[in-house]
Amino acid sequence: MLWSDLERIGHFFDPFRDFERAGMAFGFEGPSAVEFPAMNVWASDGNAVITTELPGMDPEAIDISVANGSLTLSGLRKAEELKEGESYHRKERWDGRFKKTIELPFSVDASKVQARFSKGVLYISLPRAEADKPRKISIKSE
Amino acid sequence: MNEASGKVQREQGSPETVRARAGRIYTPYVDIVERKDEIIVIADMPGVDENSVDITLEKNVLTIYGKASFELSEDGRLLLHEYGTGDYRRVFTLSDEVDREKIQASVRNGVLKLVMPKAEAAKMRKIPVKNGAYN
Repeated sequence: MLWSDLERIGHFFDPFRDFERAGMAFGFEGPSAVEFPAMNVWASDGNAVITTELPGMDPEAIDISVANGSLTLSGLRKAEELKEGESYHRKERWDGRFKKTIELPFSVDASKVQARFSKGVLYISLPRAEADKPRKISIKSE
Repeated sequence: MNEASGKVQREQGSPETVRARAGRIYTPYVDIVERKDEIIVIADMPGVDENSVDITLEKNVLTIYGKASFELSEDGRLLLHEYGTGDYRRVFTLSDEVDREKIQASVRNGVLKLVMPKAEAAKMRKIPVKNGAYN
């Protein structure tokens, strides 16, 4: 096999992947330990931001739905289609249908949710619902 | 930069891993597909576009390096952290079957695609079998 070199080199010169695996033992989560797609979530008092890596997907193929305090992301990531006589020498990229739901720290105003897709990264901004915002209760003194 | 990535870079020790920019370097996930006349390398590099990826070919070593740009959320606290952000690097060794002059690269939606046509000599040839008697 002409590409055996590449296969071997691929294994040899992958110290980072091994490192990531070692990292998991110390409590860091490597990408392989996470269900596709990987997400990061930030939240402040009035807004939550979700970023997620969906490389190779078209924004039209991504479905975002928000209900009360949770967000569901679903879609289909297609693999390269092979014709007869074509074959994979290496296949590490994830493909298939995915559906991932995460709990948000508060109820969001679904009408104000904004999503943007750039360079394979999806950014979703979720403003907290007015009704859910904490209210300051004034105390009357007697 | 966390302590972990610093350790990796030191252990690597080769000059090319010394970087001015702090951060981790990730190994992108890669598919390699062999077609009849070409070999395709597909690498997931979210955050990278056509202007931030470097492909170098030195002798038979092909290196892909992507500088990812991410908009980090400044306000609030991190509630869930499933992926880290950084650059991407991966090294391949090419066999003689690739026509080096004709390698093409493109980036779309954070995925790098390298199309490497096979050199004429490496293309599979079908040898016709004639029907006939031995001479």
